[in-house]
This record gives sequence, structure tokens and C-alpha cells, in this order.
Amino acid sequence: MEGLLPKPLKIKFFTPGVIILCLLALNGLIFLAMRFIFGIGSVTNLNQQYPWGIWIAIDVATGVALAAGGFTTAALSHVMNREYYHVVVRPALLTAMLGYTFVALGVFIDIGRWYYIWHPLIMWNPNSALFEVGICVMIYLTVLYIEFIPIVTERFIGRVNLPGILSIFNKVLDKLLRLLDKTLSKVMFIFFIAGVVLSTLHQSSLGTLMIIAGSKMHPLWQTPILPLLFLLSAIAVGFPMVIFESLIASRSFKLEPEMPVLRRLGSLVPLLLFIYLSFKIGDMVIRGTYVYLAEINIHSVMFMIEIILGVVIPLRMFMSRAVLNSPLWLFIASTLVVFGVFINRLNNFVIAYHPPYSVSPYFPSFGEISVTVGLIALLVLLYRAFVMIFPIISIPENSSSPGTLTNPIH
Amino acid sequence: MNKINRRNFFKKAAAIASVAAVSTQNADSASTNILSDERMGVLVDTTVCIGCRHCEWACKEAHNIPAGQLDDYHDRSVFKKFRRPDETALTVVNEFENQKNKLSPIFVKAQCNHCDHPACVSACIVGAFSKFENGSVVWDGSKCIGCRYCMVACPFQVPTFEYNKAIEPRIMKCDFCIERTKQGMLPACVEICPMEVMTYGPRNEIIQLAKERISLYPNRYENYIYGEKEVGGTSWVYIGNKKMWEFGMPKLKLSPAPGVSESIQHGIFAYFVPPIALYSLLGGIMWLTKKRSDLEEE
Repeated sequence: MEGLLPKPLKIKFFTPGVIILCLLALNGLIFLAMRFIFGIGSVTNLNQQYPWGIWIAIDVATGVALAAGGFTTAALSHVMNREYYHVVVRPALLTAMLGYTFVALGVFIDIGRWYYIWHPLIMWNPNSALFEVGICVMIYLTVLYIEFIPIVTERFIGRVNLPGILSIFNKVLDKLLRLLDKTLSKVMFIFFIAGVVLSTLHQSSLGTLMIIAGSKMHPLWQTPILPLLFLLSAIAVGFPMVIFESLIASRSFKLEPEMPVLRRLGSLVPLLLFIYLSFKIGDMVIRGTYVYLAEINIHSVMFMIEIILGVVIPLRMFMSRAVLNSPLWLFIASTLVVFGVFINRLNNFVIAYHPPYSVSPYFPSFGEISVTVGLIALLVLLYRAFVMIFPIISIPENSSSPGTLTNPIH
Repeated sequence: MNKINRRNFFKKAAAIASVAAVSTQNADSASTNILSDERMGVLVDTTVCIGCRHCEWACKEAHNIPAGQLDDYHDRSVFKKFRRPDETALTVVNEFENQKNKLSPIFVKAQCNHCDHPACVSACIVGAFSKFENGSVVWDGSKCIGCRYCMVACPFQVPTFEYNKAIEPRIMKCDFCIERTKQGMLPACVEICPMEVMTYGPRNEIIQLAKERISLYPNRYENYIYGEKEVGGTSWVYIGNKKMWEFGMPKLKLSPAPGVSESIQHGIFAYFVPPIALYSLLGGIMWLTKKRSDLEEE
């Protein structure tokens, strides 16, 4: 991949798609304001039987899983020193950083006493899986911010130019950035490894969360190996998520897809999906839960969607050369894995959960969906802004704007 | 004497808990889970209850929840709908058909059962729940962040949340009248009950009492004490002319609810060995592969 260098993209921020995203974000923010003024009950369909809804299942649980590209590419590129994949590391890091920021935001809006969100820092309950998830996510988010600092220093060293009276700080700030850059480059490996360790810890503990719900959870999903299944599925979804994003980004920013790297990433996916699938099936066989698949209901249907559409079909697709060579098919296969993990998290936290005394099953309210969609829209907008400000996306060395591609898109 | 000791113990436990809460060095749980041999319990004899709902009124009075007039509680129409304790009523009585005698229905009171191994205590992210020496499982509003994981965890679906409050929403559940029992008073529901449906006493004694009643009147009772062994045992136990899951209570496993998750948690974090081992392993791989790629570059 010689000749490709990460550079800030020179593109127009506003496009028709971006305006739609802005509207979705605004709609979400309105419901979010209602939640903070009138309470969680005024916006959500949550009740005394269903305390957790899509804000936990999607914003938090799926968010954490889909940000796994950050730690899987870091493991591949930094820990195993596969320089080849460097072009996808920065986009994956940005996704993880923004993703985890929004996970924290998701927790913040879902908890009733948001102003006590710092309590777990000093009030410890090591018996609690949620405590472990909370602490690990907090530390990992810090690690992600630290991992992002070199991108900031690269962008601004020698280019600090504060407006007006603030310009007197230009020199000091530049020195500070240089110092930061020098120190960090020596110790960064500590954070790279820490990021991977923290990820394996909280990705698995996220699975431990629902174990305490015991028989309130449908047997198709309730298993003592839930933490392992969560970790394996997170590892499996990491690369497909990176491919998914990379292809969307190159389409949106009118760049040539980085097919050679994506193809090689894609060729790693079948093994990871296979390991996940064998544990999932093995667990089902050992516990004999396949009997629940004989009856047609929401559980068996959702379980089959998760397994067939989300794991088996993309597993077969990623094994095909034709799929790996075609941006469109590669995109479809990656989307299926992402979709599969999304459905899996939704199943675990919402569909499988059957509290005693529930009058009717939980279905998210318009307000809840609006907030979730709004936050995702906001995340995409921030991503766009970040790639315009910082050197994230790699483009041919001799061109500064994606308009002057040497090879046109096919 | 005994009581004073217990009271002193509370003070000590509370002091220890509050110290633990502000000390970042203390890796111990901020919550407590004391399983004292002297813990108290309540035997609910559902064959005696007449459904007067005085307990509901007394409970609200004792917990500063708007209670209304006691006379209003004689309204029998509320029994048409199955009710659960919620943020406005920490205990409720439901009516069930008595198949042995249709003219005298069965009434069953529900509230927190105060597990010996509470899922809420284990689950709570900040240790806001504590099981105290007298058996009560109590929520601490000064810690709670409102995440509602306790509601996910509770096998009896007992903790409830004030969804319509934007500021300081509380987790609402029966606290075994800990403020009253500390002063030597009975729990409000036990005290007001005109039929003496409930017997308050040391848990092992009330289980003994339940067994005696069952063996004395085998025709009156189903030979089953609900809560004696459910999820590892609860402070509140029930007897009746049928098993309690016929009266709207969940049929549960006998192993404690937090068992599996705690052993997984502690397995992953056994003296921080697994995380540190993983860290070292990754560090080793990083060093080796780095050396190799440096060699290749040369």
C-alpha cells in the first residue's frame, strides 16, 4: 500500500444525506431533552417488569460489540506487527473512540440518576458484572483517547494557529504537542496491549450481565458460556465492521475502495465466525436447547435469523473468492455479520428476557427509537467531521483531495 | 441485651460500609451481605388471610407513601385485577380462587422476600443494596445510580423504579421496616394484621413453626414451605393449601440466584491473574513479531 497516506479529507461537509442525518439527530435530541426534563417514563416504554430496553440493547451492548474493530485491528496491526493493515487502523480507532463515547452517553441517558455516573469509580462491588463492564469501559475509553493523541499531534504540530488574542499560546501549545508526541511514542505499546486486554475483559463481561437473570431469560440464550459467546462474536464482528465502514466511507468520500487490505481482512473472517458458530452450536447441543427450535415462535425465529442470516450465510460468503474480490458482495457479507451481532445483542437483552408478571411484551416507543437513531446519526456526523479535520483516511500521497484520483472508481 | 448488640452491630456495619464507600483503596464491596444465624424472618400463613388489606395501608404509612383512609381499603373491587408491589405500594394483597371451598377465596400478600443470597446485592454496580444482620435487604439511595440492574437480576421481580421522576428517582421495595425493627418495633404489616397472618421471629424458629403447623393440620396445608429453599432461602416464607406458584409466585430453582455469575466474575478476575497473564502474553507476541519485522526490514 505504498503511496497511501492518511490526510484530512477536503470535502464539503453538507450533502443531502448529511442534512437528513442532521434532522434525525435533532429529532433524537428533542426526545432526549424530554427524558431529562420529565423522566425516563415520559419517553420510554420501560416498566417495572422490563427495566432495560433498546437504549441498553442497542446503544450500549451493540455499540460495544460493533466498536470491536478497534481492538481487533489494533491486535492485528500493533500487537502482531502486521504493518500491512495500517490503512484500516486509524478509521477503526476513530470508530471505536466515537463508538465508546456514545456507549458512555447511552449509559448516561439510560440511568435514572445520571449525575451519579461517577459513583462506580469510588463505590466498588466486585461481585457485579455491571461494575466490571463499567470500570473497563471507562478505562478503555481513556486508552482510546490516548491512542488518538498521536493523530492530533501529527495534525497540529507546527500548525497551531489559535485565533486573535489566543495566538500568544501558539508556541506553548506547539511545544506541549511535541512533548506529548515524543513521550507517547515511547510508551504507546503499553496502551495498545492494555486496549486489547480491557476489550476482551469487558466484551466478555457484557455477556455475564444477563446470567444473573437466570430463568427469566429464554434457555436458547441463557447459558453459563454467555461471556465466551459475547467475546467470540465481538472478535468475529471486528473485521466485518471495519470492512463495512471502509466501503461506506470510500463510497461517501468518492475514494477507491482499499480492496487489497479489505480482501485480506475478509479472508480472516471465516475462521473467526466458525469458532463462534461451533461454540454456539456446541452449547446448544450440550444443553439440549435445540428442542425449543421445534416450536415456531418469536424465540426460535429470532434465534434462526441470528444464526443463519448473521453467521452461517456470511461464513460461506467470506470463503468465496468471488465475494472477496467484489466490493458489493464483500459489503453484503460484512453487513450480514454486523446485522447478526446486532440481532444477537437485541435477542440477549430484549427478546430472551421474560420477567415474571409481565402483562405485555416490551416494544420500544417512538421516543426511544428516535433517541437511538438520533445518537447513531450524530455519531456518523462526528465521524465525517473528524475525517475532515484529522488525518484518518488514507489517500494517494500526491493528491490532497479525493477529487484527483489516479484510478477512477469502477 | 441481644437486641442492643444487634443495634450496635448495625451502627458498626453502617460505619464500615460508609468508610468503604469513600475509600478508593478498599477493593471490597461497599455493600454487605451478612448471613447471621439470628436473622429474622416472617412466616406468612395464607390460609388465615381475609384480604382486609390493612397491611397495605400500614406499609404506606410507615414509608411516607400517600396512604389515604384506612376505610378505603375495604373496597373489594381491586381484587378483580392481579396487582404487584410497585413504586406506590411496597406490599399488595391478591385474591385467588379456592378450589377446595369456592366461598372462601385465598388471599396472598406479596412484598420483597429478603433473600439470604440476594441477586440485587450481588448485581448492584455500586453496592447500593445490603443484606443486614437482621435479615433485611435494604437499598441505599445515596449510592444508587438508577441503572435498574437490580430489577433485571431479582428472581421475584420485586424492585421497582420511579420512572416518572426526572430527579432522584428511587428504587422502591419493602425494606423489612428496618427503621422500625431497629427501635424494637414490629414491621408495620405484621403489627397491624388483625388475623395474625404473619409471624415475625428468628428465621429458623419460624421455619420450625411452619413445619409444626403443617404436621398438625395436614389437611389444611400443602406440605411445602415456599422460601425455605427457593434461590437459597428467603427471610419471608409462605405456607398455604397449595404450592405458592399456584398463587402467582414464580417457581424457582433452589440454588442462589447470584451463584453462577459470581463464580464467572471471580474466575475471570482471580487475583487479577488472567488479565495480567493475557497482558504478558500479548506483550510477548508484540516483542517477538516486532523483532521479526525489524529483521525483515534490515
